[in-house]
Amino acid sequence: MRKRWVRRVAVGLAVVPLAALAFSAGTGSGATRTAAAGCSASGSISFDGVWTGAEASAFGAVIKAFNKVCPKVKVGYKPVGDNLPTVLSTAVAGGNPPDMADIAQPGLVKQFVDKGALKPITYARSVLIANFSPSWIALGTFNKKIYGLVFKASNKSTVWYNVAAFKNAGVKPPATWPALTKAASTIKASGVPPYSIGGADGWTLTDLFENIYLRQAGSAKYAQLTAHKIKWTDSSVTAALNTMAQVIGDSANMAGGTSGAVQTDFPTSVNNVWETPPKAAIVIEGDFVPGVATVKLSPGTGYGEFPFPSINNSPASVEIGGDTIVAFRDNPAIESFVKFLGTPAAAAAWAAKGGFATGNKNMPSSVYPDATTRATAVAIAKAKNVVFDMSDQQPASFGATVGQGEWGLFQDFLRNPKNVSSIQSQLESAATAAYKTGK
Amino acid sequence: MSAGNIAVEPSVEAVPPRPSGPGWRRYATGTLFLLPAFIVLGIWIVYPTVYTVIRSFFGLNGFTRFVGIDNYRTLFTTPTLTTAIKNNLIWVAVVPGTVTAIGLVFAVLTERVRWAVAFKTAVFLPMAISAFATGVTWRIMYIQDPNLGAVNALGRAIVQVVKQPGALSDATPSTPNVTGSSSTGMTLQTPLHPGGVAAIGLTAIPPDQIPSGAKQAVLPKPVPGHISGVVWRDFKPGGGVPGKVEAGEVGLPGVTVQLRNSQNHVVKTAAADANGVFDFGVITPGTYKAGISAATFAKPWAGFPWLGTKLITPALIIAYMWIWAGFAMVVIASGLSALPRDVLEAARTDGATEWQVFKRVTVPLLAPTLSVVFITMIINVLKVFDLVISLAPGSSQNAASVIALAMWRTSFGGINDFGTGSAIAVFLFVLVVPVLLLNVRRFKREA
Repeated sequence: MRKRWVRRVAVGLAVVPLAALAFSAGTGSGATRTAAAGCSASGSISFDGVWTGAEASAFGAVIKAFNKVCPKVKVGYKPVGDNLPTVLSTAVAGGNPPDMADIAQPGLVKQFVDKGALKPITYARSVLIANFSPSWIALGTFNKKIYGLVFKASNKSTVWYNVAAFKNAGVKPPATWPALTKAASTIKASGVPPYSIGGADGWTLTDLFENIYLRQAGSAKYAQLTAHKIKWTDSSVTAALNTMAQVIGDSANMAGGTSGAVQTDFPTSVNNVWETPPKAAIVIEGDFVPGVATVKLSPGTGYGEFPFPSINNSPASVEIGGDTIVAFRDNPAIESFVKFLGTPAAAAAWAAKGGFATGNKNMPSSVYPDATTRATAVAIAKAKNVVFDMSDQQPASFGATVGQGEWGLFQDFLRNPKNVSSIQSQLESAATAAYKTGK
Repeated sequence: MSAGNIAVEPSVEAVPPRPSGPGWRRYATGTLFLLPAFIVLGIWIVYPTVYTVIRSFFGLNGFTRFVGIDNYRTLFTTPTLTTAIKNNLIWVAVVPGTVTAIGLVFAVLTERVRWAVAFKTAVFLPMAISAFATGVTWRIMYIQDPNLGAVNALGRAIVQVVKQPGALSDATPSTPNVTGSSSTGMTLQTPLHPGGVAAIGLTAIPPDQIPSGAKQAVLPKPVPGHISGVVWRDFKPGGGVPGKVEAGEVGLPGVTVQLRNSQNHVVKTAAADANGVFDFGVITPGTYKAGISAATFAKPWAGFPWLGTKLITPALIIAYMWIWAGFAMVVIASGLSALPRDVLEAARTDGATEWQVFKRVTVPLLAPTLSVVFITMIINVLKVFDLVISLAPGSSQNAASVIALAMWRTSFGGINDFGTGSAIAVFLFVLVVPVLLLNVRRFKREA
C-alpha cells in the first residue's frame, strides 16, 4: 500500500476553469472531438479513488471538464485514500464493487483482471492510441487486453537537494553516479551529511534500489526481475546492492547515522533537507517531495532538483508511479467517461492545478503551473526507458507490506549494508513464497 | 409478529389480575424483550465468530480450498507471528500488575494530598485522548534526536550536567596521517622535532560549528628550537586539496593542542589563534607528536533509540501505562472511598503503622476492586492494537507486533490472507475467553 503524497500547489487555481474551457472549446485533437460528438450517454457513475484532499478537488475539475462534454452523466467520486486496496478487495469479494476506481498498484489491477472482476476498456483504444505512446498503453494492458489507463503519473527518478548546502560545499548537481558519490563526499567534508534516508518507510529504500537497478542492469532485466523471471540472487542484483551500499554503507553519509535513518519516516527525511541549516543535503524520491515538506523553502533558490544520475552511460530512464483508471462495469456512461479521461482536455484540467504528470503526448507542457513541475513531467514523456515502480507491480506481500518482503528486508539491509548475499537469498525466498500464492 | 400480538393480548383482557400468565406466555414475553438483543448479538457477534472460525480452516481464496489446521500451523511457525505472541506475553506479564500497582499507589496517595482533584484529573486526562492520537504524540516524543524528541531532550539535559559536548563534535581527520576518533582524540602521526611545523587538518565541521572569529588559516614558518603548527578546517567549497592549507580555509581558534613525548605524556599545551596557529615555544630535543584531546570532540549525547527494534516494546508499554494508570486510579479510589473507615480507625487505634494498615487492612479489603482492574487490564492488553500501529514506525513494527496487530496486518496489510488472519483472530478469542469466564463468574458471585 504505497503512501501517496499530495503536492499542495496553490498556484494556478484561478487558471483552471479557463484552461479546461479552452480545451473543451475545440483546441483539442480529433480524439477530443470524437468523445464530445459521441456523447449522448446519461446516467451516474460511482467512482472510488485514492485521491483525497487537494487531489480529490483537482479530480473534481476533471469531472467538471467532462460534464462540459457530457452534461447528462453524473460522476460520484468517493475519496477513499490509502486504504483503497482493502476497500476494493472487500467490495469485489462481496460482489458489490463501484463502477470505476483508480488504483495505485498495477499488481492489484492484475489481481482483479485474473479474478475477472474488471471489464476491458477496448472501446477507448482509438482515443488512447491517438494520445499515448505504446509503452504507456502497455502499462494498462493485461492478458493482451486493455483494462486500464494510467491517468496520473509521478516521476520517481528525481533527486532533491538543498541549494545552500550545495553552495557551501561548492558542488553542482551531478549527472552521473561517480559524480554523485564524489559530490556526496565533498558535502560530507563540508560538515553536512549528504543523504537523508527515510528508512522507516520501506518503500523509499525499494525506490532507491529500483532506480539504481534500472540504470545498471537495464530495462530488460528490470522487467524480468519484476516478473521474478530472474532470481534475486542474480549477479545484477548483487551489483545494484553494492552500488546502493555506496549511499547507505557509511553511517556518516546519512542524517542521524544508520540508526537515525532506520527510524526516519519519509516526511521527516524531506524536512531534513528543507531545514535551515539543513540536516542533510540530498533526498532521493519522486516529484511529490516538495509537497511533503512542511518547512517553507522557495524552489530554485532554496531547493533544487536534478534527474537521478546515469550509471555506466545508461540512457535517459524514468521510473514512474501512477494511478490506473479501471472499470468494474460497462455501460455508455462509463464508456464516455473512460474515453474522455484519455483526451488532452482531461489531463489539462488537472495538470493546471499542479501535482500531476501525464503521458498524454498531445497535452501541451505549457499547462504545467511551474518550471519544476514542467521539468519533472516532461522528463517522463522524453525518457527512452519508462518503467513502472517495481514493488507496486509485485505481489503485495513481497512488494508492499510493512515489515515484510522487500520493505522489511531493505530495512535490514540499511541496518547492515555489508550483508549483501544474505539479503539476496532472503529476498529470493520471500519472492518465491509470494509469487507462489500470487499475493 | 404473531408472537407480539399474542403477548400483548393479556394486558388488554386480563380481568382477574394475575402476576404471571401460563408458562408459554411468560416465555413469549421474555423472548419478545430479548429479541432485539438476540438479533444484534446474532448479526454482529455470533455470525462473524462462526464465520471466522470456519474461514480459518480455508486457504487464501474464499472457501475454495480446505486446508485443515495449516493456518494454525503457520501461526506458530512464522517468525513475525511468534514474535507477536511473545510480545503479547510480555505485555500480559508486565502491564496489568504494574498498572494496578500504580493505580493503587496513586489512589492511596491522593487521599492525603492537597489538590487531589487536580492531580486525579491530570492522571486521568490521557483516558480522554484516543489511543491513536496518544501513539502519534508519543512517537514524536520518542524520536532519537534530542533536538526533536522530548524524552531524549530530558535525557540530554541530565547527561549534560555531567558531560559537556566538545566544540568540534562532528570533526573528522582530513588526511590519513591524522588518526583517532571523537572518543580517543586526534593525533598527528608525523613525528615532530624542535624546529618542526605540525599541520593538523580537520574536516566535516558544519558551518555553524566554526568558532567565531576564525580567520584565513596560515601555515607558520618554522622557528628554530620551537615546535609550532596550525589546526584548521581543511575544507573550502569544492573540497580543496586535503592536507594543504589553501585560500578560503579557516583556522580553528581556541582549540587546545597537546604536545606529547615518545612516552605519550603531554609535555606542553598551546591554544590556536584566529588563524589556527599555535606555538609550543622552545622544546628540548627529542621526538614528539601533536594531538588534540578527546574532550574537544566529545559528541553530545545521542539519545536512546526508543523507536528502534530493541526498545520499542518497553516504549510502547510506558505509553500504554500512561493511558491506563488514570483508569486504575479512579476505579481503585472509588473502591477505597467505600471502605469501612471504622476498620481502618480500629487498626490505627490498636497501634498499627500506616504501612501495616495499608498492607494488612486496605489491600485485602480492596481485593475485589483490584481484581476488577487487573482482569480488565488483561483483556485490554490482549487486544492492544491502535497504540502499536500508530506509535511503532514501519521499520520496527515486526519487533513491536502484538496478536491483534498481526491479525490486522495479515488480513488487510497487503498480504490479504484472510485464512491465516482468521486463525489469528480465533487464537486471540481463545486467549480472551478464560479471562472473560472468570469475569462472568465474579459478576455472578457479586450478584
